[in-house]
Amino acid sequence: MAEQRPKTLFDKIWDAHVVETLPDGTALLYIDLHLTHEVTTPQAYDGLRAAGRKVRRPDLTLAVVDHNIATDSSRRTGIVDPESRLQVETLERNVAEFGVPYIPLLDDRQGIVHVIGPELGRSLPGMTIVCGDSHTSTHGAMGALAFGIGTSEVEHVLATQTLLQKPAKNMQVLVEGDLAFGCTGKDITLAVIGRIGTAGGTGHVIEYTGDAIRRLDMAGRMTVCNMAIEAGARAGMVAPDETTFDYIRRTPNGPKGEAFEQALRWWRTLPTDAGARFDKVVKLDAQAIAPQVTWGTNPEAVLPITGLVPNPADEPDEAKRAQMERMVQYMGLTPGQRLTDLKVDVVFIGSCTNSRIEDIRAAAAIARGRKVADGVRAMVVPGSGLVKAAAEREGLDRILQEAGFEWREAGCSMCLGMNPDKLTPGQRCASTSNRNFEGRQGPGGRTHLLSPAMAAAAAVAGHLADVRDYQPKGGV
Amino acid sequence: MQAFTSLTGIAAPLPKANVDTDQIIPARFLKSISRAGFGKHLFANFRFKDDREENPDFVLNQEPYRRAEILIAFENFGCGSSREHAPWALMDFGIRCVIAPDFADIFHNNCFKNGLLPVRLPRAVCEQLMEDARLGGNARLTIDLERQVVVRPNGEEIPFEVDPLRRHLLLNGLDDIGQTLQHATAIDSYEAMQRASQPWLNGSP
Repeated sequence: MAEQRPKTLFDKIWDAHVVETLPDGTALLYIDLHLTHEVTTPQAYDGLRAAGRKVRRPDLTLAVVDHNIATDSSRRTGIVDPESRLQVETLERNVAEFGVPYIPLLDDRQGIVHVIGPELGRSLPGMTIVCGDSHTSTHGAMGALAFGIGTSEVEHVLATQTLLQKPAKNMQVLVEGDLAFGCTGKDITLAVIGRIGTAGGTGHVIEYTGDAIRRLDMAGRMTVCNMAIEAGARAGMVAPDETTFDYIRRTPNGPKGEAFEQALRWWRTLPTDAGARFDKVVKLDAQAIAPQVTWGTNPEAVLPITGLVPNPADEPDEAKRAQMERMVQYMGLTPGQRLTDLKVDVVFIGSCTNSRIEDIRAAAAIARGRKVADGVRAMVVPGSGLVKAAAEREGLDRILQEAGFEWREAGCSMCLGMNPDKLTPGQRCASTSNRNFEGRQGPGGRTHLLSPAMAAAAAVAGHLADVRDYQPKGGV
Repeated sequence: MQAFTSLTGIAAPLPKANVDTDQIIPARFLKSISRAGFGKHLFANFRFKDDREENPDFVLNQEPYRRAEILIAFENFGCGSSREHAPWALMDFGIRCVIAPDFADIFHNNCFKNGLLPVRLPRAVCEQLMEDARLGGNARLTIDLERQVVVRPNGEEIPFEVDPLRRHLLLNGLDDIGQTLQHATAIDSYEAMQRASQPWLNGSP
């Protein structure tokens, strides 16, 4: 066999999915799994109907509701908001008409689309996975090529099971060394964005490598890949290894028996070859990463929790200074203020970034034997019905509720200001979600992004706090 | 899709980097099941106070920019959420072209699917075009996709790059699903090959 040039994980998955290459280099790329939700699909189904087209592969498509639903008990008696109800009913009508498998609101498996894909064993190594949602990058943690698309592309995939795509460039983020005490995948991913910026990955697919990444569990890897999009990357990926394969073995719908063994033989060939070329390489020392928290209104405005609010006057670039001034003003900050002096009104533990069982364990470990500070509303929103059930079997719901946290139903919740869980103007929130944009969690809301353990520490302290000062009591 | 060939119109300056899609259209307005009607919520958190009263300081509430068909901004325009409601809202307001030093990938893609032309030009050029735009209604810009040039009010022509396939689809207003379906046989063969080599991918419950 002819010797082949060394390939990256991305190159291998890409090459395996090119149906045809058009004369200008655009590839017709086959899509193995199309995840869908209520917000970005209604117009796509309208398009299919108008053109008299059908869904080509309903069996490779999965629908769930997550974005606009309530996460309290009101969901059991029907959706209150008329527009939200119409959007969910529209999805239900569409999946029935086109025969697409659907996990309804009151199903035990319902949850955030980026939590349920891996958890059910539908998101697998080597796959191409898309969804009308930018945080589809999450599934790259499985060793898949997974990226977000718009509604026109959702319609394109429904009709053809393919996408027209130009190849991305390869970027390696190498995180070497042992992660320091109190730090998690969230701190890695925030530190990476702080380093390369919100457009640092534009046009690239990031492969996260190095022993600090290898040692993360699947939940940690999903958190890292989830926020690849916040660095502007098309996708984030982690090469599949024994951690990945063990995770898939435990999923309800992953391949079993001979099918698993056959898949495994291919999955083991996927990791990047020695000598493969990356267009860009960024190195971070894991040991040097302290617990991270964002202070501004994009994820690049991030600092170690021990930091001080920066002074825009110190910024020489005029445009950047103006942006910093706006951030300081919007966030209600004083330059030079200690981040740990910022009082919080709300704590949100959830979202496709940090709502898995490992995240809830980390929060419960800090909450155990402590109380949420007076005047703070703290909520924990599991990523799926299965996560919720697992947490309840472990008694984590009890620990959290005894500490004063709300224990809610699965959904996107306060990540995006689309459902009843929203901030009110001026409220300051310690949030495990992924975007601290102006108004993201509700108009006028002020978001600080951090890890679940850091969020739990903020809840009990009543202000942003260094998790290293809040160690578990009695263990969990 | 609406074709885009050439456009002469008023340009609005928005001298901001990292204009994310949550700013372009906040999530609370994404509950509609139609593609139309998002323009009234374009930049809602900046254009309105409490979603009602207009904020006179915001450029799109000022004359002549209420009638802007071109928007000029800074780096990383359209970052964040993949919501195609962002180009829908811009189009519904009347914007047909956004000029910026660079765009986030998904937004950039979404624009081409809707007849909205994103034009990448260096920051210094964007600053110059913003100066032109500040002259208002007497200083219209022309965006000529056929010739791939932006024409300044003084007649100076600034060339820009655009992907040839996307240019072709946009100039002709072509639906790319129709184009892709011409490759249906190749898709059938790919599926047959994959069924044989990766059987675990098919028929998952």
